[in-house]
Amino acid sequence: MIPSPKPEKPAPDPVLSARVAQIKDLVASCIQCGTCSASCPNLCFMDMTPRKMWRFLLCDRVEEVFSSDTFSMCSSCYVCTLRCPRGLPLTRAMAGLKQIGFHLHMARFRRAGLFYGAFMDNIAQYGRVREMEMMTRYFLALKDPLVPLGYAAMGVRLLAKNKLRPRLPSRGRGKLAHLFEPLDPQEQ
Amino acid sequence: MDYLYYPGCSLEGTAKEYDLSTRVLCHALGLGLTEITDWTCCGATAAEAMDELLAYALPARNLALAQKMDTGRDILVPCSACYLNLKNAAQALGTDAGLRGRVNRLLSRENLSMSGFVRVRHLLDVLCHDVDVNDIVKAADNRMADLVIAPYYGCQCLRPFTEFDDPEQPRSMDTVIRATGAGVLDWDMGGACCGASSAGIKPEVGTTLVGRIMVQAAPAHAIVTVCPMCQMNLERFQTREIPVLFLPQFLGLAMGLPAKTLGCDLNLSDIRSIVSRVAP
Ligand code: SF4
Ligand code: SF4
Repeated sequence: MIPSPKPEKPAPDPVLSARVAQIKDLVASCIQCGTCSASCPNLCFMDMTPRKMWRFLLCDRVEEVFSSDTFSMCSSCYVCTLRCPRGLPLTRAMAGLKQIGFHLHMARFRRAGLFYGAFMDNIAQYGRVREMEMMTRYFLALKDPLVPLGYAAMGVRLLAKNKLRPRLPSRGRGKLAHLFEPLDPQEQ
Repeated sequence: MDYLYYPGCSLEGTAKEYDLSTRVLCHALGLGLTEITDWTCCGATAAEAMDELLAYALPARNLALAQKMDTGRDILVPCSACYLNLKNAAQALGTDAGLRGRVNRLLSRENLSMSGFVRVRHLLDVLCHDVDVNDIVKAADNRMADLVIAPYYGCQCLRPFTEFDDPEQPRSMDTVIRATGAGVLDWDMGGACCGASSAGIKPEVGTTLVGRIMVQAAPAHAIVTVCPMCQMNLERFQTREIPVLFLPQFLGLAMGLPAKTLGCDLNLSDIRSIVSRVAP
């Protein structure tokens, strides 16, 4: 188990504060009506309602926001974005919070971060996703032998249909590496 | 009508049958598809969770490739996640010159650049609006009569871009399903989220959300989908064994196209009860 200190405090970082400020701008005119919470299909998995989380963010209670798992449970269904009476781009704001969680390597987003990392490495290298290789890398990075068990049944079904070919047409090695350069701290 | 075709990564792997059936059905309906040369991943749901510029640059590369081929034709996309990413980039880069500049700087390494307007369209939009439904009616000759079909739209073809349907009460599939002789299940879950984008990380989400959808789908003989992630998620987490197939597979079968060419041996759910409608 990874100890997850609570609340998880984001390190003071000017780039990060600027990002948080941008996300605050996106939701600044929230009227706390609760439509987002009432509409969210993942509400039952969240430890804080989206409405409350937006309020904490606007009040600069960033620690509470990042110690909650609310934004990491967002499945990008866009229902809140569609229904918010203020027309706020809430799914985009959720994605912004996920980006911060990812960049800070927060313990609570370790799984998601490793999954996205394996996914992106795969794309940077081949241009397209090679599902088999991506999942293998994810499981190796996870170092948790129990997780692949949850996927085993699905993996066997896919293999039986010849859908997880270890090799798919490649777009050339490192083909998209240039698109990933801004992500590399050494390039900045 | 002719289109530039962006299949996306899933259609090369887990959703091969979506690619096969889209190509075969479009051909039968007289829609010409030209695959975008050298296309690459659109970033799926991972890029937006990692970095904003990357989430624009990955789809923009494909838009730039499409523009290099032909600026007149619409881009046809069967995968809802790819559709959203490509459309989002087309819209943002078309209106925000600063962002377009930053993305084009990244693309310039490959001598690519994105400019002006590109029209990105979902396969469902094209099937419902660019096709004469009588062509389906004639070819289908009521082959799917007595079946009740649950149309499942999922999220990202309906929201946030409300291009071709009502995102609260989607109806666009009704006409083409009825054209086969089948009835349409009247239900509320057509546009409900199945949790696919978090199911890779948190399987318990998939079990719960798919469970809710399956309860309401129970009276239907089959569910039809228009997204590879929805399709896989419904097949993976369902416990009731309802046949789940892609809309172009269903329409193709209804029109009497050979099951094999529509990839009907590749679905993970058992779709024999639907396939058997077509004389072997
Ligand atoms: S729906 Fe919009 S205005 Fe209402 S609480 Fe949510 S974010 Fe605020
Ligand atoms: S986009 Fe995310 S936060 Fe909004 S309703 Fe959907 S799952 Fe909930």
